Amino acid sequence: MKARLWRALLTLAGLLLVWQGVVMLGDLPPYIMPDPLAVGVRLWRDAGLLLGHAAVTALEIVLGMLLGTVLGVLSALALGYSRRARRWLLPVLIASQAVPVFALAPLLVLWLGYGMGSKIAMAMLVIYFPVTANFYDGLRHTPGGWLDLARVMAPEGRRWAVLWHIAIPAALPAFGSGLRVAAAVAPIGAVLGEWVGASAGLGYLMLQANSRMQIDLLFAALLVLAVLAVGLYFLVDAGLRRLLPWHPANPATLENG
Amino acid sequence: MSVAMPPGSAFLPLSVSLRGARLVYDDLLLFDGLDLELVGGSLTCLLGPSGIGKSSLLRLLAGLAPRGMSGHLHDGSGQSLRHQVAYMAQQDLLLPWLSVLDNVLLGSRLRGEPPDRSRALDLLARVGLTEVAHSRPAALSGGMRQRAALARTLMEQRPLVLMDEPFSGLDALTRLRLQDLAAELLAGCTVLLVTHDPLEALRLGEHILVMNGRPATLSALPELPGAPPRDPGDPALQAAYRAILRQLDAGSR
Repeated sequence: MKARLWRALLTLAGLLLVWQGVVMLGDLPPYIMPDPLAVGVRLWRDAGLLLGHAAVTALEIVLGMLLGTVLGVLSALALGYSRRARRWLLPVLIASQAVPVFALAPLLVLWLGYGMGSKIAMAMLVIYFPVTANFYDGLRHTPGGWLDLARVMAPEGRRWAVLWHIAIPAALPAFGSGLRVAAAVAPIGAVLGEWVGASAGLGYLMLQANSRMQIDLLFAALLVLAVLAVGLYFLVDAGLRRLLPWHPANPATLENG
Repeated sequence: MSVAMPPGSAFLPLSVSLRGARLVYDDLLLFDGLDLELVGGSLTCLLGPSGIGKSSLLRLLAGLAPRGMSGHLHDGSGQSLRHQVAYMAQQDLLLPWLSVLDNVLLGSRLRGEPPDRSRALDLLARVGLTEVAHSRPAALSGGMRQRAALARTLMEQRPLVLMDEPFSGLDALTRLRLQDLAAELLAGCTVLLVTHDPLEALRLGEHILVMNGRPATLSALPELPGAPPRDPGDPALQAAYRAILRQLDAGSR
């Protein structure tokens, strides 16, 4: 753990050094690329402003994740459980992926307004497919031996019991992969929504800063957003590891091996 | 190992009869008109080369008939076999997220019955897994996992136990020990054990059926002296072993 922290710090220091080097060697003016120190000062001075907007974006991401996950889980269960759902829902699901979700952002802002609703919907839409597809895939690939065993043990075909005791737990690792992807893309959805039209949030702040040539503020907002996104990913990852300690492909067990 | 009532004592011996079994797989006729009789309360070994259809026959008995398979199946009194069968496969089929104890209790969970933990713990004690009852299967060796699967099979308290090469993935010594344990604990059950290992069949089988040829036929071996588990060094066993090999060899031509 300690070694990991050191590695992270060292990587960060290296990146800052490269950044500083690019600014110095390229002789870049601050309105193109401010140096790390200027951004650091901006971070410190405008901490309140940045945190306020970050809170808005974080809330949009978390709510979008929650709603998208719930919707994805329900869709995957319906697809896994009912042939009719597969026949009707699956083509729609696949066709929906042909439409670039980001192209829907203006429509969502039109329908749901400039507030948080349209950003939550955006985050929800971008994570819906990875969550549904991964979980459904897991539900479809329950090892046949386990299902045979269940059929011999309970021949009366209690499908929900098999689903609850065998198929769903067996699909949790796949669901976990979907959730990791979701954690990585949900911030993209929220920020994109903010770019199209918003009155708060890090994406909004970045656009404002950009048009006012406050490039150091733009960079500061970008940094906060990166920390937010990385933090979310690690939180989800840690939660999944704790939830699925039995899963052999768990990265923790791989690293310990 | 403590001497206790065999789990099979909870029911009367069940004899099983399968008539006119037929299996077509990929337009290939594996067997047709096959009859199989299992004597109630005894262990029958079904021996034959790989790919002959042994496992399919066992799956038919288990109610897991593959496509292209048919046959008339009933017990001695003409009843269906549903709820009378327990099944143990070559893979232990333990669920990795459940403790060993919860794996043993899986059947009752699936049927929505209240789990009988004390009986499950008792069975785990008899297969020597008391210490790992609350561990996950990943912490267990191959032999221990298969013993857990045996405990789960016994927990079902079914008069007919179907075993599909349950010991073939184990090393020689572990296999011998597990064979002894299974023979002891399954006393009273009607058992069909599918194997491709003639020695295993000779060691454990009260009746031995050899399945070979295409379409496959079944033939019974003459009964061996002594009660199973038999000593693999016994000359009578060695002679029978050679006879089986000749029979299998003749059938493959």
